[in-house]
Amino acid sequence: MNNSVPKIRIRGLSKSFGSNHVLRNINMDVALGTSFVVIGGSGSGKSVLLRCILGLMTPDSGSIEIDGHNILTLPHRQRIAKLQQIGMLFQNAALFDSLPVWENISFALLSGQHPDKNKVSRNEGKQIACKILEQVGLNSSVADLYPDELSGGMQKRVGLARAIAAKPNILLFDEPTTGLDPIMGAVIDGLIVDCVKKLGSTAIAITHDMASAQRIGDQAAMLYKGELIWQGPANSLMDSGNPYVDQFTHGSRHGPIKVELK
Amino acid sequence: MDKLSRPLAFVAALGRMVLWGVQETGTLALFALQGIAGILYPPFYWRMFFQCMVNIGFLSLPVVALTALFSGGVIALQSYTGMAQYHVSSAIASIVVLAVVRELGPVLAGLMVAGRVGAAMAAEIGTMQVTNQVDALRTLSTNPIKYLVSPRLLAATLALPFLVLIADILGVLGGFTVSVIKLGFSTQGYIAATYNAVTSNDIIVGLVKAGVFGFIIALMSCYNGYRSRGGAQGVGAATTAAVVSSSILLLVFDYLLTDIFFAK
Ligand SMILES: Nc1ncnc2c1ncn2[C@@H]1O[C@H](COP(=O)(O)OP(=O)(O)O)[C@@H](O)[C@H]1O
Ligand SMILES: [Mg+2]
Repeated sequence: MNNSVPKIRIRGLSKSFGSNHVLRNINMDVALGTSFVVIGGSGSGKSVLLRCILGLMTPDSGSIEIDGHNILTLPHRQRIAKLQQIGMLFQNAALFDSLPVWENISFALLSGQHPDKNKVSRNEGKQIACKILEQVGLNSSVADLYPDELSGGMQKRVGLARAIAAKPNILLFDEPTTGLDPIMGAVIDGLIVDCVKKLGSTAIAITHDMASAQRIGDQAAMLYKGELIWQGPANSLMDSGNPYVDQFTHGSRHGPIKVELK
Repeated sequence: MDKLSRPLAFVAALGRMVLWGVQETGTLALFALQGIAGILYPPFYWRMFFQCMVNIGFLSLPVVALTALFSGGVIALQSYTGMAQYHVSSAIASIVVLAVVRELGPVLAGLMVAGRVGAAMAAEIGTMQVTNQVDALRTLSTNPIKYLVSPRLLAATLALPFLVLIADILGVLGGFTVSVIKLGFSTQGYIAATYNAVTSNDIIVGLVKAGVFGFIIALMSCYNGYRSRGGAQGVGAATTAAVVSSSILLLVFDYLLTDIFFAK
């Protein structure tokens, strides 16, 4: 495989809302088939970073390259094609609450985005959804329930199932374990690692959960005040030598990061 | 200098308001165009469309039917007290049918649907917006306006004329019932007078109005829902804005359409 061109390459990415400079000059590379974890406090701009990659927000400057093509300057059609290869798990799962679980999962397939086939019938869609449900550790009897009938952990699993249904080669996770108990968090992390491996996808996960970051990530970076102030292997997070990262990972009140009470 | 600054500030404020109005209208117009384009170009989400048809057309039937029935009856009563001295039963029949078919049918059905369906549409789309479901649609390569707005626009535009047709029939029935049972008019006389008074033009214009009202209700409700920001409170505000703006716009367009079609 050609590992010289990173799957995702971000250069000089900046985004402001008025005088609130949320992202400043972000540079990061995610190699093909690896998982990149971004850690950072609440409101540090982690979600904004993912939204820029997803094309839900337009950055003020910089470039986001997927397979060497800057998606910000690609013609519309090619950009859509690139974005179609991305699966996303939202922070609150963001399941469609008017649709049953199985239709949530097979949503992309039913609208004709199956990588192998053209259009999937509703019957097939349901069968595929049940298979994917098993993959994320849920019983296929869940398929006919509605999202508000599920617990938080189950919603996350269904969200994950929806994200991987169209077999994307890039997966993005926004705080996958936030709001879950530690055991369920570990289970979701395990599923994420399995799915990423099985699809051979490249992944970016953002989190402020240290255990989760180390379980999911190959590489890690810390976002602070809109900048990536540290990058390194995920397994060195706990002894990075960077005072900011140390304070964050150890959850200490004392250190260079001052908690602003607004 | 000081003397000038006050009127200048006023002009500036006025200018800002005009600019805001123009911008708002432009955004709404663009939204409407995207919604219409979504009807014209595939894919069209039929499943969503049929759900909306059932919800707007079928589930609104009881509300609209009751409103129309009693309104027709009230008009018969009121015009009878007004004209008791002249003893012209045919006048009452024609007043009832014209009032119902030209105005009350479309307007009352429209307002009822604005309250019932418009609020629900705005709340549903608003909730989807603030819980990232609209973003999730995008990440699944689905155009949210095409998926959420276009089917609702088409369904409301088609369902309202149907509802108004029912409202017309029931409104006339209400007037008829009151006139015959309570006021003691002859059945045949009332029916004949009704037939003589109404023209197919009255009915058609009423149905055209209904279609326009349906479009307005769906447009304003989807637009306000789609723009919701800031959690449950934002959705609540959007719902209110949807009902108020679609009701007012509906009455404005009622006047305009009446002026175009009926005023000589
Ligand atoms: N659409 C928006 N408009 C204005 N400000 C925004 C918007 N989205 C996010 N922000 C601001 O960007 C900052 C980072 O938000 P976010 O990326 O959601 O943080 P987190 O790291 O917790 O995910 C916050 O200060 C937030 O107020
Ligand atoms: Mg976030």
